[in-house]
Amino acid sequence: MTHSALSRVRPARFSRGAGSIGRFLIALLRSPQSAAGTVIVLFFLALALFGAQIAPYRANDQSNPPRHPPTAAPLERLRRVWDDPGRLFETETYRPGPYPFGTDTLGRDVFSRVILGTSSIFRVAGFGTLIAVVIGTFLGLFAGYQGGLVDEIITRVFDALLAMPALLLALVILGIIRNVETEPGSFQAALADNAVLLVIALVYVPIVARVVRSSTLEVKTRAFVQAAQIRGESWGYILFREIFPSVIPALVVEASLRFSYAIFLVASLGFLGVAARPPSPDWGLMVNENRGGYYQLAPWALEYPAAAIALLVIGVNLMSDGIRRAVQRSE
Amino acid sequence: MDHNTPILAVDDLTISYRVGRRWLRAVHDIHLRVQAGEIVGLVGESGSGKSTVATGVMRFLPPNGRIEPGSRIALLGDELAGRSRREMQRVWGARMAFVPQNPATALNPSLKVGEQIAEIVRHHQGLDRRAARAQAVAALRRVNLADAARLANRYPHELSGGMQQRVAIAMALSTSPQLLVLDEPTTSLDVTTEAVILDLIRTLIAEEGAGAIYVTHNLGVVAQLCNRVTVLYAGEIMEEAPVRALFERPLHPYTIGLIQSMPRLGQTKDRATLPTIPGLPPPLAEMPAGCVFEPRCPLAIPICRTKPPLDAPDGERRVRCHRWGEIARGEVTLQTSVEDGVEAPAGSRPGLLRVDGLTKHFPVRRSLKQILRGTRPRPVRAVDGVNLSIQRGKTLGLVGESGSGKTTLARVIIGLEERTAGTITLLGADVSGTVRDRARETLAQLQMVFQNPQDSLNPYLTVGQALSRPLIRLAGMSREQAAAEARRLLEAVNLSADYAHRYPGELSGGEKQRVAIARAFASNPALILCDEPVSSLDVSVQAAVLNLLARLQAERDTSYLFISHDLAVVGYLADYLAVMYLGELFEVGYAAELFHPPYHPYTEALISAIPQPDPDRPTTRVRLTDDIPSPRNIPTGCRFHTRCPRKIGAICETEAPPWRDGGDEHYIKCHIPLDELAALQRGVAVDDGA
Repeated sequence: MTHSALSRVRPARFSRGAGSIGRFLIALLRSPQSAAGTVIVLFFLALALFGAQIAPYRANDQSNPPRHPPTAAPLERLRRVWDDPGRLFETETYRPGPYPFGTDTLGRDVFSRVILGTSSIFRVAGFGTLIAVVIGTFLGLFAGYQGGLVDEIITRVFDALLAMPALLLALVILGIIRNVETEPGSFQAALADNAVLLVIALVYVPIVARVVRSSTLEVKTRAFVQAAQIRGESWGYILFREIFPSVIPALVVEASLRFSYAIFLVASLGFLGVAARPPSPDWGLMVNENRGGYYQLAPWALEYPAAAIALLVIGVNLMSDGIRRAVQRSE
Repeated sequence: MDHNTPILAVDDLTISYRVGRRWLRAVHDIHLRVQAGEIVGLVGESGSGKSTVATGVMRFLPPNGRIEPGSRIALLGDELAGRSRREMQRVWGARMAFVPQNPATALNPSLKVGEQIAEIVRHHQGLDRRAARAQAVAALRRVNLADAARLANRYPHELSGGMQQRVAIAMALSTSPQLLVLDEPTTSLDVTTEAVILDLIRTLIAEEGAGAIYVTHNLGVVAQLCNRVTVLYAGEIMEEAPVRALFERPLHPYTIGLIQSMPRLGQTKDRATLPTIPGLPPPLAEMPAGCVFEPRCPLAIPICRTKPPLDAPDGERRVRCHRWGEIARGEVTLQTSVEDGVEAPAGSRPGLLRVDGLTKHFPVRRSLKQILRGTRPRPVRAVDGVNLSIQRGKTLGLVGESGSGKTTLARVIIGLEERTAGTITLLGADVSGTVRDRARETLAQLQMVFQNPQDSLNPYLTVGQALSRPLIRLAGMSREQAAAEARRLLEAVNLSADYAHRYPGELSGGEKQRVAIARAFASNPALILCDEPVSSLDVSVQAAVLNLLARLQAERDTSYLFISHDLAVVGYLADYLAVMYLGELFEVGYAAELFHPPYHPYTEALISAIPQPDPDRPTTRVRLTDDIPSPRNIPTGCRFHTRCPRKIGAICETEAPPWRDGGDEHYIKCHIPLDELAALQRGVAVDDGA
């Protein structure tokens, strides 16, 4: 029939090997939206890695006087050119001043703080998602393949966790952890320092596990899994060698989606004041510190970190949308 | 209506599909004529473009398909090729109707079937609700559905596959269309159901005076149903002829190959191998410039590298081959690669597998009512006390409809399912429990080939990895030894050794099944369970795989338990046959004997349901009209009495029938004495087709 005839002219399916990763990237960059999303994410990733070298000031350097307005805002430049069109050709117009995004009410450079905040959001959201994916994959594979009582218990526990809104669950857990006294340098202290990261992992484990489990249920009925059982393979071999590769496409899509939600969750927790503590340059915290009365005095100190959060979340979303389509295309 | 105007006249039909940025030609230069009351068969293997032609004629192509300019499709003289979708909507359903392959997806699951038919009638004939409903019930009655009025109130999921397909046919015919397009409507059904549906289509088309196009890959169905046949290959017409002429005197080498590669009832592996067509159909992007069949044609000569015209040897037929004249005059004959059959070890061999009283009941979850009352639901009795034995190096064929428990029996023997009761003895040793409990030596002795080749190989492991794993695990080889042995195995199944580096996605269905067979043979097992291993393959590929199975068995002295619903396939490979129905065996005996009376009435029904690829031998009269009962609710007495065409009376309903000894290890479980049974069946004897 038509389908089998067509499939032979299409490139071979997405399987392992360098060639397939190249094809995946081409498929990812195919649509302008996902290409834009990928560029945005890579841009922020570069800021996260090299932020300390790029930022002109340290996080808590203070200007005098504070609340210096932005010196390189596009609107500001437009206004100058509007007033005197002749300045359009002056390089001076395009050279940023000392505080491109202005300074906040304590005189700290917003530009530097936004750049320096990137690494923490990537670290917390990224590693939190990674841990959730690893644990969720393991539990999902295990519950799906084993079935029976084990599956019943694991899925019911996850259902209970999923019944609570992620933000609320995170708030409760952080509230408890924050009140525990720890000795500096101890294991508990290390845990407490990374509390947000662990909370992200905990909140997203059930979601990842559920996706992996449903893929596993579908794959385990296929004949190649039964062929492995007939050879007397151990369950570890069947789970990771036979079933896991078929789960990867669904997992990649879910992981990218989780990452975008994790960024949002970290920012929300920062805003609510339960994640990073002042004076650390956390985006959510910056929004919180500069709202209220200060917003009238220095709106830029709130607007730039808020814009950064929005841009990164949109970027990750567009990219994960592209990943989903690229995976479907190669399926 | 002018009597000379055909219902459908298709000329120069060319259809392309967009793949990436290119338009690839899927079918080319198709000509079709369908007269009133005529069924035209469209035959071809997968990828031949037969479904594309059918959907193209309906103007129902997917979004990436287009009909090229110059194509003409005339329905009773009305040109359809240039019509808009809106105009076609008045034609669809009213003047031309479609019966799809899978009725389950074609019927709306949330509408009662009567409602679905009534809606079409209302839309196209403007009848009111009540009249439309009456017509819907009448349509259901016409497709021989008993109790049509009640059935109209059922939802599609409440009906069996055969009933759903009858509803789909009723729906297609409800507006008395002029043309009916049927796309493999019986492929997913049992032979017994298929036979009933084919009878139905034949009478309905004759009564309606409509024309029909019947798309299928099954030559037997074509021979039994169609008046004319068009054979397609790689999107082109190879041959077109009245059905009798095509089967008696095929002119195209491809047609000849197709007809020969189909196993006939009574053909066996020890006489001769099945003729095959080597090679694969060309992919759309790489069509040969000359004759499309030239790369695989055993009669190809240099002129075949140019495109042959569609010649007309006489008014009735057309053929696209440079050498049809020589073939017709008998100057060349097709040198098919028929070799001598395999040398099957004669006589009785030592026993290998013994199964005694094997039973598998699947428990059903208790409902709340049952928990409160303290009762237990009846289990699904999938396998119910089966005894059988297989000798070393021999094949036991297991046949029966779907739902008879064949696959469950195999899964219990291999250890994928826990058994409820019974013993399994392999090489004199008791085999207990499931795969988890079995020793590595036992696992190595028992292997399995699965039905669906798409499913039986892991898409993320190379062929080499798939083959080395059982060698390392079960045969205790080192990695290097296993890699070398994997190459030898590939060559044993007629694949080149460099297939070891390929992924299953790069293989065709037949190649995948060869790899699956190689994997089953890797641990050098004593017994391989084959669960419908060729049912999803094309005829020419099926023949090659059957030859391969026969050869490997002779070389390695392996036994097979061969499960199939196709009696001709089982008959070719099996030494012994067992017929299973609702969890029990009803007949066992030598395969050669089983096709001669006396046979069990169920076996008789199975044999007479097979569509023979011979228009002069119409399928015989025994039909099973009802569906197989649920294994949760097994009939009393003889399990077959509800459908038995030879039921003798109350004894069939109350008493389980005895095993009757027909001599020469032939046993039949029936209340009718065997000599009486033989006398009854003599009239429908099937000769051995030698």
